[in-house]
Amino acid sequence: MSEPILQLLDISKEYYGNKVLKNVSLTVHPGEVHALVGENGAGKSTLMNILFGMPVIHSTGGFSGQIIFGGEQASINSPKDAMEKGIGMVHQEFMLLPGFTITENLKLNREITKHNVVSKLLGEKLKSLDMEAMRKDARKALDTLGVDIDEMLPVEGLPVGYKQFIEIAREIDKENVKLLVFDEPTAVLTEMEADLFLKAVEKLSASGIAILFITHRLSEVMQVADNITVIRDGEVVGRLTREEATIEDMARMMVGRKIDRIEKAKKIHNGSQENILEIRNLRVDMPGELVKNVNLDVKKGEILGIGGLAGHGKIGIANGIMGLYRASGQVTFKGEKIKLNNPKDALLRGMAFVSEDRRGIGLLLDESIEKNIVLTAMQVQGKFLTKFFAGVNFADSGKIRGHATKLIEELDIRCTGPEQLVRRLSGGNQQKVCIARAITLEPDLLFVSEPTRGIDVGAKKIVLDLLLKLNQELGMTIVMTSSELAELRSICDRIAIIYDGKLEGILPPDADDTDFGLMMAGGHSDKAKEVS
Amino acid sequence: MSLANTDNVSKSTGKQVSWQIKKAVTGNIVPIVFTLLCLVGAVIAEASPIFLLSSVIIRLARNLLLVFSLIIPVVTGLGLNFGIVLGAMAAQIALVAVTHWDIGGLGGFALAALLSVPLSIVFGWLTGKVLNKAKGNEMITSMMLGFFANGLYQLLFLFVLGGIIPMVNETIMLPSGIGVKNTVSLKGIKYALDDVLKIGYETLTIPVFTFIVIALFAFVIKFLLQTKLGQELRCVGQDMNIAATSGIDVDRMRIIAVILSTVLAAWGQLIHLQNIGILQTYGSHEQVGLFAVASILIGGASVTKATIGQAVLGTFLFHLLFIISPMAGQNLVGEPQVGEYFRAFVAYGVIGVSLGLHAWQKQQAKKHMLEE
Repeated sequence: MSEPILQLLDISKEYYGNKVLKNVSLTVHPGEVHALVGENGAGKSTLMNILFGMPVIHSTGGFSGQIIFGGEQASINSPKDAMEKGIGMVHQEFMLLPGFTITENLKLNREITKHNVVSKLLGEKLKSLDMEAMRKDARKALDTLGVDIDEMLPVEGLPVGYKQFIEIAREIDKENVKLLVFDEPTAVLTEMEADLFLKAVEKLSASGIAILFITHRLSEVMQVADNITVIRDGEVVGRLTREEATIEDMARMMVGRKIDRIEKAKKIHNGSQENILEIRNLRVDMPGELVKNVNLDVKKGEILGIGGLAGHGKIGIANGIMGLYRASGQVTFKGEKIKLNNPKDALLRGMAFVSEDRRGIGLLLDESIEKNIVLTAMQVQGKFLTKFFAGVNFADSGKIRGHATKLIEELDIRCTGPEQLVRRLSGGNQQKVCIARAITLEPDLLFVSEPTRGIDVGAKKIVLDLLLKLNQELGMTIVMTSSELAELRSICDRIAIIYDGKLEGILPPDADDTDFGLMMAGGHSDKAKEVS
Repeated sequence: MSLANTDNVSKSTGKQVSWQIKKAVTGNIVPIVFTLLCLVGAVIAEASPIFLLSSVIIRLARNLLLVFSLIIPVVTGLGLNFGIVLGAMAAQIALVAVTHWDIGGLGGFALAALLSVPLSIVFGWLTGKVLNKAKGNEMITSMMLGFFANGLYQLLFLFVLGGIIPMVNETIMLPSGIGVKNTVSLKGIKYALDDVLKIGYETLTIPVFTFIVIALFAFVIKFLLQTKLGQELRCVGQDMNIAATSGIDVDRMRIIAVILSTVLAAWGQLIHLQNIGILQTYGSHEQVGLFAVASILIGGASVTKATIGQAVLGTFLFHLLFIISPMAGQNLVGEPQVGEYFRAFVAYGVIGVSLGLHAWQKQQAKKHMLEE
């Protein structure tokens, strides 16, 4: 085989003492399609950030290991370095200007210009654009990809698939590209678009460009990749060629980890037949977490987990139902339709929400613990108020203090007292304050999003135990959304996997790793076992 | 399955057509509403069409360039630049100088135009610097900047001229010798530009040459936006992040946009004042930003999109409404004072209503996106 174009040798990287990459090595040859497979948080993005010299890497202490590009040791300190060396990157989020035409976007700040009368006098900047030449280049790049679309159309309103192709066309229009990195390129594509895209990838690799393909759609990997590297928790756990790989193997490697199931003392009969919440055709316009069409039932008394990879819309569900982002569809709670886009209505009917954005919208950081705990109940339900005249209410500080003290004790919030500012608390204790506020509402249904994000391992377990306790002792129905599958499997009765804004399937927590892996990667749901 | 599918398709095409009509209306709702208002107003005012036409033509010549000066900042994503008031101030400083030196005619006008350039470049540069610090709040910042600059301007004309900088001129200065009079006659340069070539027909006068100059500027703006520079300005206007990642110096582009706008505004104010012939030393510039912004908004421009066509249409409608509304007010209530009230009401109301309508438009678009 020819000289490798890219070699990564023993790459390790720490973020604040937290090892996210451990001696990762990778070799890519010209014309090869190399797939990098792994779950969210496995370290794929970090690896690519290193390859691309992103500032975030260098501002957090750099990395160890070597990058050899084109046979030479390369030091890549900025994205510009990477581009000059011939590494192109197609980003997950589009770097396209909606109001520009495809051609203009392709040639962004690399426009072909020609002189006119004015520019000869006043300088380069006033040169006219040579739209004809730009058009030709754009056409050529699009033809290389096999995309039949008018290059003078504005980007705005194009289907996402085309946008993806324009991004790619922009990279291959740069003359010296030797290696192209695709970061989950098909995540936003429909199946047909994805097929087109994969064909384009094959064409590109046939022309000698090496391709590094980050994805978790395993069927696509099987379709185009020559070699596959699977990483999990920052380590390479498998290197396969296409011939020896099977989807099931990859899925198992990707997900596989030990699960500590917190055994429940089954006090309440979980998963009764009665639906407490019925979601029909839910769409939520939450940027980055678009929910496209979800149908889901929540049974009274259960803990339902909602899982899936980042960006597929699992976070949007709770946010949509609680009215934080624009939603449409039909949601029935305890037999009554709720008004969407109206947080107050959702709260009044007995639903509560612990947001994933704890510091942003979950807490008033510069207020005391007690205020944070009673705020929503005071506002929505009129609790903790003393009434003087009709309409003139004062906070009942005695009651508030009593309630807060009780909850601080029950939830074991480590603090100096109910008056401490929430900002000073650790992540785990802040999360407990959020939960305390939610249960102050005495909800029948509690939504919890990413309850353990950004808190340390010990505190994670406490938070999960607490959720379990609420469910077991108070009979609270809990819908928990989390990116960490292990955590969902530890306490949930059923786990719904969301893929591409839709429900892919529901699995029992003790289902096979392979099934979870397949579902999260959009594999065919026929293998899924419905739990009733 | 296939049956249900075709049914769906035919339904959706039907929906498509009605949506397109709806879209055409909602997309141009602002000019449509104001055209209707003008029509209703014209009927109530019982004004003769020839009178309306001649008034509007004069006002178009006076104001178009000022309105044009708003286009480049909008394209660059700075929103509506209320800071063009600073350009107007630059023009007025130049005019006072020219009047003081007693240079009249087209030469005086040209000299004022020349003098206002360095001034407005400096003002524009300063404005741009400030606006770069206030990304996302450019409109309110530029408005406040205008008020602040007004204070400095008053200081200059009330105390510095004659007080610190010696200036002796009985016709311009206050009797005490310190400070400039409230009104300065600009008879030297009155109609300097208009008189080069104009066509008169009964009560109708068309300052052809002024319109030629304005058309020339429209062409210059169009040309600028088609150059490499224009491409970069537009790119910054659409997304500062993407512009920065593709290697464009965002801050510099924004400053260039503000400078161009301020210079154009200065020249626009010169054209305005040569037609009016009187300088209200402490008042002529004050409403410039407000009226120009109202005009361009009526034409259907928004905070993010503005074209020459919208500027022309908007200026036409705004000034038509401006002429009609006091007359209509008087006819309705029978009180001339009410007419004056109607004018102020119209100018501010227009901005409020059209910004409101634009917001509504955006909401509709968003709602549609969700339903799609």
